[in-house]
Amino acid sequence: MSESNFNEKPAAPLRLALIGSPNSGKTTVFNALTGLRARVGNYPGVTVERREGTVRLTDRTAEMIDLPGTYSLDPVSPDEAVVGRVLAGEIPDTPAPDAIIIVADACSLERSMLLIGQILHLGLPACLVVTMVDELRARKGQIDLERLSAALGIPVTGVVGHRGIGLDALRQQLARSETWSQPPVMPPSDRIERAAWADSILEHVVEKRPGPHTVTDWVDRIVLHPFWGLALFGVVMVTFFQLIFSWATPVMDLIDTGVSAGSDLSRTLLPAGFLADFVADGLIAGVGSVVIFLPQILLLFSLLYLLEDVGYMARAAFVVDRAMARVGLEGRAFVALLSSYACAVPGIMATRTVPSPRDRLVTILVAPLMTCSARLPVYTLLVAAFVPAREVIGPIGLQGLVMLALYLVAPLAATAVAAVLRKTVLQGEPMPFVLELPSYRIPGLKLWLSQIWGSASAFLKRAGTIILLASMLLWVLLTFPQSTPPADLSPKEAASYALEHSAAGQAGKAIEPLIAPLGFDWKIGVGLLASLAAREVIVATLAQIYAASDPDTSLRTAIRSDIRPETGKPLFDPPTVAALLTFFVFALLCTSTVATMARETNSWRWPAFAFSYLLVLAWTAAWGIRQVFIALG
Amino acid sequence: MNADFSSDGETSVCRLSDMQPGSECEVVGVDLGDAAGRRMLDLGFLPGTRVQVLRRAPLGDPSLYALRGFQLCLRKADSRHVRVTQKGPKEPSPSTSPRP
Repeated sequence: MSESNFNEKPAAPLRLALIGSPNSGKTTVFNALTGLRARVGNYPGVTVERREGTVRLTDRTAEMIDLPGTYSLDPVSPDEAVVGRVLAGEIPDTPAPDAIIIVADACSLERSMLLIGQILHLGLPACLVVTMVDELRARKGQIDLERLSAALGIPVTGVVGHRGIGLDALRQQLARSETWSQPPVMPPSDRIERAAWADSILEHVVEKRPGPHTVTDWVDRIVLHPFWGLALFGVVMVTFFQLIFSWATPVMDLIDTGVSAGSDLSRTLLPAGFLADFVADGLIAGVGSVVIFLPQILLLFSLLYLLEDVGYMARAAFVVDRAMARVGLEGRAFVALLSSYACAVPGIMATRTVPSPRDRLVTILVAPLMTCSARLPVYTLLVAAFVPAREVIGPIGLQGLVMLALYLVAPLAATAVAAVLRKTVLQGEPMPFVLELPSYRIPGLKLWLSQIWGSASAFLKRAGTIILLASMLLWVLLTFPQSTPPADLSPKEAASYALEHSAAGQAGKAIEPLIAPLGFDWKIGVGLLASLAAREVIVATLAQIYAASDPDTSLRTAIRSDIRPETGKPLFDPPTVAALLTFFVFALLCTSTVATMARETNSWRWPAFAFSYLLVLAWTAAWGIRQVFIALG
Repeated sequence: MNADFSSDGETSVCRLSDMQPGSECEVVGVDLGDAAGRRMLDLGFLPGTRVQVLRRAPLGDPSLYALRGFQLCLRKADSRHVRVTQKGPKEPSPSTSPRP
């Protein structure tokens, strides 16, 4: 039913704001209206995602801003204050909206009424979209939307967002926002009076209250069962871990092979020299260091969004929350920290499921402490070279115990750090922990795919560029200035000589006084600098410095026989090895993690903070361990 | 602003965290100051609101409650600030939130 008299409207873009409580179906309405093409950014000064999209109406377009889900307009944190500031037009470059679209779930309209009452007080043109009217009908509930519209004094439209039902009517409604009716009487501003106002309207419009969601009730009997619920949680989390830890590995190996094939190919195509080196070791290797994360990110987010859309993630958080609360975090942070055991990059990205920005920040800051898979080659090299392979208790060997200790110390450290962060940098009034368990739903394929692609493309665009630049910069530092090695050196020794005289080699020597208290010499210093690209790079760098022919056996032999010139004793004595292992447990030696943190928090302040606190922690702990080992002899 | 509504001095008032799953109660007040207290009110824990205790998490905390037509999990640390009076479960209602 198009109305021709609206065709003469000027084509000025209408500004709409979408507001609703969490789980109201707001995002589904946003996606249905904008066709999944959201522009994602951040609000200045806070770590809240900003989503905007264009809505095509019958005769004009509208810019729609998707406000973060909120229970109230009364903010309890600067992050929540964003909603009010957008509505008041206080955000730079974001004019106040011309009209507000309030979204409420038909099955829990009662709870949304308090928020609706608050929003009407703003005096802006507003309409109400009641979502999931199909579920209401399925649960034998009935609401008279016309009477609701009359009682509230604003237009009301019922929709089924993911099926597109009611959207045409909604678009037409949005196109004539200038003509929307306003509430004749404002709802009371006092909370208790407003609840009475809400109850009196509901009594008038709710003809039949919805019955329980039978499937949800039935499934939850198992999913939330004291025993089976925990068992299912275990199975899901083990699958998660398998997915990103083992199943991603073949694809990552394939990428590695592809990258070295690309490097070799460029060497054959280009004349030998600086350009070939740059393309092979700088450019192609740099691109490889970005693409290598994609398998894990795609797999992680496939499962994460599937479970989120179905409704399981909230249940998982419910099941594990008590254990996480003890650590000062919340249930939804569990998956992020578990993922960080494979790699902190997807782990930090997975913190998006934590709604409280402060909780999310704590989770992001402790995620690098989890023992990621890049630490494994470093641990393996040092443990295999320096920890005697003797049996301690029965078949349990000392090497295995040391590895286990290295893995276990991480969550303990994360617990302590989270507690300290909450009491210092991220303190604030503790807010009630709130978790809703939405009804189970069959997720839409299109939305699922777009969510996965959204995460992957965000990583490539924002973090990927930084990782690429950083890895190329490191290559430059490890290559320049170029020196002419003495002619009598073998190619391996020449490479070692070139590295020693490069900028990174000089920097390794320059930082030697800083790391000498830990027992590290300039060679370990260069290794540490190179490991900024990725932790495991220290193994290849040490192999180059020691002119070892392979990073396994001969490197192990070389570092075992290295002698400290001042004392004539081995460089890698037990206190130094313990200090180096400890240093790797804590230090944030990973540009990719730093870049991802910068992208997810929309600032360089938090990655800088994380890098510094972990560096101080790593140095102090390594020094302490070294003193203990020296004291024990 | 303190959200305290204890003026009536009821004798059977207890904490929401002490209520057993399967029981039903009515909110008397929230003993929390400032922002946290206002948030509890905005969530719907207003005096007179009926709350059903649905279940506890497998590890004993948090608990799942039904009020004002939706389900919400709260930790003991938060629910113990909500003062309630026990109400006998009304005749089985199809809804997740019976109206007072």
